[in-house]
Amino acid sequence: MLINQFLILAAFLFCAGAYGVMVRKNAVLVLMSIELMINSVNMNLIAFALKNDNIIGHVFALFVIAVAAAEVGVGLAIVLLIYRNRRSVDPGEVSEMKG
Amino acid sequence: MLDFLNGWGLTLIIFLPALTALVVMVTPNKDEENVKIVGLIGAVATLVVSIVTISYFNFDRAGQAQFVVNRSWIDTINSNYHVSLNGLGLPMLLLSNVVIVLCIIYSWNHWPEPHNPKAVLALMLILETGMNGVFVAQDLILFFVFFELTLLPMYFLIGVWGGPNRQYASIKFFLYTMFGSAFMLLGFLALYFKAGRTFDIDQLIANVQTAGISSGTQSLIFGGIFLGFAVKVPMFPFHTWLPDAHTEAPTVGSVILAAVLLKLGTFGFIKIAIPILPDAAKDWAPFIGVLAAIGIIYGALGCLAQTDMKRLIAFSSVAHMGYVMLGISTLTSYGMNAALFGMVAHGLITGMLFFVAGSVKERFHTLEIARLGGLLETMPRLGWVFGFATMASLGLPGLAGFWGEFPAILSAYNPAEGLNVALFRGLMIVAAVGTVFAAGYLLWLYQRTAFGTQKDEWKGHHFHDVLPNEWLAWAPFLAGIVVFGVWPRLMYSVTDPAVQVITKVFGG
Amino acid sequence: MSVFSAFSAGGNFASEFGLSTGGLLAAGGETVAEHSSSAPWILAHAWVLPALMVAAFVATLFFGKRMKFLGAEFGIVSSVATMVLAIGGVIQWVRLAPGAHGEEVAKEEAMRAVGAGMRSFAAHFAGEEPIKLRDPIERSVSWFRNGSVDIGLGIHVDGFTVAMLFTVAFISLCVHVFSIEYLRGDKRFTHYFAALNLFSGAMLWMVQTSTTLGLLFGWELMGLCSFLLIGHWWEDKTNSDAALKAFFTTRTGDIGLLIGIVILFFAAGNTFDMAAINEKALNGGINHATLVVAAVALFFGVMGKSAQFPLHTWLPDAMAGPTPASSLIHAATMVVAGVYLFARLYGVFWQGFSITSGGMNFGSWIGAITIVSAAGLAFVQTDIKKVLAYSTVSQLGYMILGLSVGAWVGAIFHLVTHAFFKALLFQASGSIAHSGSHHSFEMERMGGLRKYMPITYRTFFVGYLALAGIPIFSGFWSKDEILNAADKNGFTLAFVAGSLGAFMTGCYMTRVMAKTFWGENRLHLFHDDHDAHGAHAAADDHGAAGHDTHAHDTHGHDAHAAAVAHDDHGDAHDAHAGPHESPALITGPLVALAVMATFVGFANWPFKDFLFLKRFWFEKNIANITFEETIAAAGKVHPFDWGVAIPSIILAVGGIAVGYWYNVVKQGDLGLVRRGGVFGLGHKVLKNKYYLDALWTDLIIGSIKGPIAKMTYWFNQNVIDAVIDTAGRSAAATGRGVYRYIDQGLVDGIVNGAGISASTGGGVLRKLQNGKVQAYAATFLAATGLIAFGLVLFL
Repeated sequence: MLINQFLILAAFLFCAGAYGVMVRKNAVLVLMSIELMINSVNMNLIAFALKNDNIIGHVFALFVIAVAAAEVGVGLAIVLLIYRNRRSVDPGEVSEMKG
Repeated sequence: MLDFLNGWGLTLIIFLPALTALVVMVTPNKDEENVKIVGLIGAVATLVVSIVTISYFNFDRAGQAQFVVNRSWIDTINSNYHVSLNGLGLPMLLLSNVVIVLCIIYSWNHWPEPHNPKAVLALMLILETGMNGVFVAQDLILFFVFFELTLLPMYFLIGVWGGPNRQYASIKFFLYTMFGSAFMLLGFLALYFKAGRTFDIDQLIANVQTAGISSGTQSLIFGGIFLGFAVKVPMFPFHTWLPDAHTEAPTVGSVILAAVLLKLGTFGFIKIAIPILPDAAKDWAPFIGVLAAIGIIYGALGCLAQTDMKRLIAFSSVAHMGYVMLGISTLTSYGMNAALFGMVAHGLITGMLFFVAGSVKERFHTLEIARLGGLLETMPRLGWVFGFATMASLGLPGLAGFWGEFPAILSAYNPAEGLNVALFRGLMIVAAVGTVFAAGYLLWLYQRTAFGTQKDEWKGHHFHDVLPNEWLAWAPFLAGIVVFGVWPRLMYSVTDPAVQVITKVFGG
Repeated sequence: MSVFSAFSAGGNFASEFGLSTGGLLAAGGETVAEHSSSAPWILAHAWVLPALMVAAFVATLFFGKRMKFLGAEFGIVSSVATMVLAIGGVIQWVRLAPGAHGEEVAKEEAMRAVGAGMRSFAAHFAGEEPIKLRDPIERSVSWFRNGSVDIGLGIHVDGFTVAMLFTVAFISLCVHVFSIEYLRGDKRFTHYFAALNLFSGAMLWMVQTSTTLGLLFGWELMGLCSFLLIGHWWEDKTNSDAALKAFFTTRTGDIGLLIGIVILFFAAGNTFDMAAINEKALNGGINHATLVVAAVALFFGVMGKSAQFPLHTWLPDAMAGPTPASSLIHAATMVVAGVYLFARLYGVFWQGFSITSGGMNFGSWIGAITIVSAAGLAFVQTDIKKVLAYSTVSQLGYMILGLSVGAWVGAIFHLVTHAFFKALLFQASGSIAHSGSHHSFEMERMGGLRKYMPITYRTFFVGYLALAGIPIFSGFWSKDEILNAADKNGFTLAFVAGSLGAFMTGCYMTRVMAKTFWGENRLHLFHDDHDAHGAHAAADDHGAAGHDTHAHDTHGHDAHAAAVAHDDHGDAHDAHAGPHESPALITGPLVALAVMATFVGFANWPFKDFLFLKRFWFEKNIANITFEETIAAAGKVHPFDWGVAIPSIILAVGGIAVGYWYNVVKQGDLGLVRRGGVFGLGHKVLKNKYYLDALWTDLIIGSIKGPIAKMTYWFNQNVIDAVIDTAGRSAAATGRGVYRYIDQGLVDGIVNGAGISASTGGGVLRKLQNGKVQAYAATFLAATGLIAFGLVLFL
């Protein structure tokens, strides 16, 4: 079975996601980029699971999807709150975490 | 009863004082009487236990260990809680317990300044634990722990309740002894590693013979142990802490120091150094003998130069312990018996002298010989007691001191096989000359303090003669000096069997 | 010999020694030697005598002050009891059946004498009934054990012991009685009696103990009592100085004694038993060199105790004590302890000094020098007690000389006779001081006392004749035996010295008589100025503090008797009263002693039996025959010889005549010695006691006490202690250095450095933490990338 194609695709998707996370000015888009990265990881998991004929990869993938869904839920809620407070969703403007 | 004593007797003797010290410390300070009574009860109880235990002691087998308790203690280094009693430790154990009780009685109404009976009592009791432990310990680590345990209370006794120069004296005492102990511990460790990974004295005695340790190494190990004990004795030239410590220490401190603490060193030689390393002991014996003989004359000359009564008595200890060490260095049964007798006799006699010095100090607030004089006139009883102790100290036959001195001289004439006879006979003559010196400094002291008439500066002062609690504290000392002097069998029958076991290696 | 069986029988205690402390305290049980199990009670229980006196000592010490007579009653009762027992002992000894050994020797000797006609023991007693050789009575208990060696505590009673017990008990009783009056009112009356009792106990013990160790006990305890009694009036520094001097000097001699005892202990095979030591020494069981060393060592002890030249200087100073004590201790008994030791261990000295060889040995040299030098000193004393003290030294020289030349019996006989007449002389001088010269012993204050003190005069006269060696009186018989032996055994020099001594003794004693009893009384010359009197007396060597306060009516009874005491005398004992006879408590003992001093010499009557006089009764019945046997076998026992006796009588009489001429006829014209020249020089040397005091006290003791001790202490403080202190200080200094440079500089530097670099690094890194999520993500990604790169690279 050809695994390289899956891996290359996943790598592409990951890089795209990473780029999006770093440069997007819209927090919602950043969240979406994160989803992209997560799914690239899922793709790798499934690809290796198929190659090694091992169910664990599938299980992990499903698990990750569930976590991702939860994460998006929480993330969107945070973004919403940030927007409500600041009238902006630009992550670059939020530096309260500096402490 | 015997079963109980076999299991718990010695342990009780060791730890009862420490326990009492704890109780004393938690007793409220509001009522001082209570504190004193608790302390006295503890010390007396310890004495009673030790007397009861000793009454079950089998004197026919005084050479063998009795009331043996051997429990594992620190497994990783194979060190055990191993205690037992034989003829060597018995007299010293009794002496230590008696001395503490009498010291408490003596101080009943006059505690050293700054007044704090609670602390003094607690320290004395802890000291007792340490001393008792040393005399029964059969394990080197156990021995070492007790040996060091005696340091701290004495350090505080001198450092807090001492004379004007107390801090210097206490630090000197503590550090000097610690310095010696460090080498001793090194010696113990060397024995542990070289002779079968054990700290048990009995096992070491057997192991060293078979372990094939080179004689050079044995000598070196002996040297380390020697240093530890020699400082404690103290032998010339390691004696300089003693006059300072004695001069500055409060009366009870001096008494305990002279009566028991100095004996830890000589006891260590007889109990540990010589039996475990007999060959090295033989190498070292002439050296020890020479130092002892020098100590006899040197201590006496030091005494003659003193202007302070207490310091003079302290210096006399150097000379007297010289006789003890001379006896030990001959490695003969005569010498060892003399040494053990000398230890008890010196404990009683010098202890007594320090008591007298303390009482004089309390009345005159000075011990300067030139300012005293006419003690016999102002306080005849005190003067006579002092005279009695003086006579005992110079080795008058019929009093205990003689049996520490004469047999030591006797033994030096015929040292153990293989030792240099000519050298030891020379030492014998030196020791015999030392008896005249002893008479010299003691009687000269007595003449200057007790004879003559009162100095003008004290005219019009009233001085109490010996007080009831002083009589109570002194009577056992005085009686002991006479009884042991007249009937030496009391000591010999206890120590001789044990000594014979030790000197068998040296051919008698 | 049966002597040893007693000792070994005493050693069987191992089994008896109890199972518990009970056994510890048990006396060890008494074992009685088999041959003495039926011994007469007093002889077998001779220890009761000293025990009685020691009991009196304890009773006096603890209860004396509460008693009616302040404790004197204890002493009197025990000394009477002791006296009775001692007399009983003598009787029992004399009536004791001869031992098996004794009969055997007698038979053997008789046969030899018949066969060869040799000068032996039997020849000495030729044609007489066999000598009664009695076995000594030995009893011993185990004192302590060292391994297999049992050290016994025992008694060894023989004729010598019995004679000593009698002598000591008799004089002790006299002194006790005398002291009641003499020390009445003294503020330490009770202590005085306690010391006297302890002394008697120690002496009675010393003469009967069977071991050298036991002897040392008695010896040193006597030394203690001597110290206490010399220093009885310790308020005065001269008295306590004299006491210390006596103690030190005898102790110095005791170095030798200790060493001698130690040597003999090992040489005789781990025993202190004197009979065993003698036996071994005489048998050749101990090699000669050892014996020589042991004898010389022991002799130093003898010299110290028996005041032999040059260790005699303490004895004249010891006169600072009360006179009765001087009489008992420093004249009659304690000072002969050395002689006793010599005589008791005669086997050792016999061999060690090679007495048979007839050449001058250490002992005879010392004895000869002592006789003459002390007699010389007696001439220049102005204090009657000092004359008597030097005379004692001189007479002790005779005893030592006698023993050293083989006159064993003669020496111990002289010991006994001297004890009586010298005790008499001392007590008579005490009587003079008490009633005749206002408590002074200065002869300048006496004179003409014959008229005032008839009893004292007569008794003193008896003592004078006995001491001078005039026939019939006791001193003659014993001195003659010594001189005879010295002459016959080839000790010519010793003989010359002894004869010279006899001349000098007669001479200086006549001087004493002339100054005290004859002529005119001079006491009134000192009545004019009593203050000066006080000062004068205080200047005496044994002068007194008492004078300062009560110059008028207490010129100190020997210094200190309180003023009150004199009212009690009842016989107008006032400063202005003239000399008068002493009361009965003083004259009684004088008379008793005078009787003894006259007649005790007949105990060894050297001629055929005559009335109640038995030929050589003392020698046959009292003297320990073991040594006599040895001496006789060596041909050193000699019969009485007029050839020696007559010249010695002539010399003694000549001495008296010269003394009379110079002191009475010429009235003691001192111009001869004061004029300078040889006599003046001699006088000066004698006045300064041969400068021996300067040597001992000032040079040797002074330098030890002063510079040497100070140097040692300096060494201690500035060298040894300095090393320790320097070690301590440098440790402290090192500590400070370590703290400052290493701890604070280096170690702490590292710690601080870590902090500083952390904060600096933090300052740089904090810039990364800008709170911007995307920046974080970028960093995170970069880091992950780096890690991934690393993993790829290295795995």
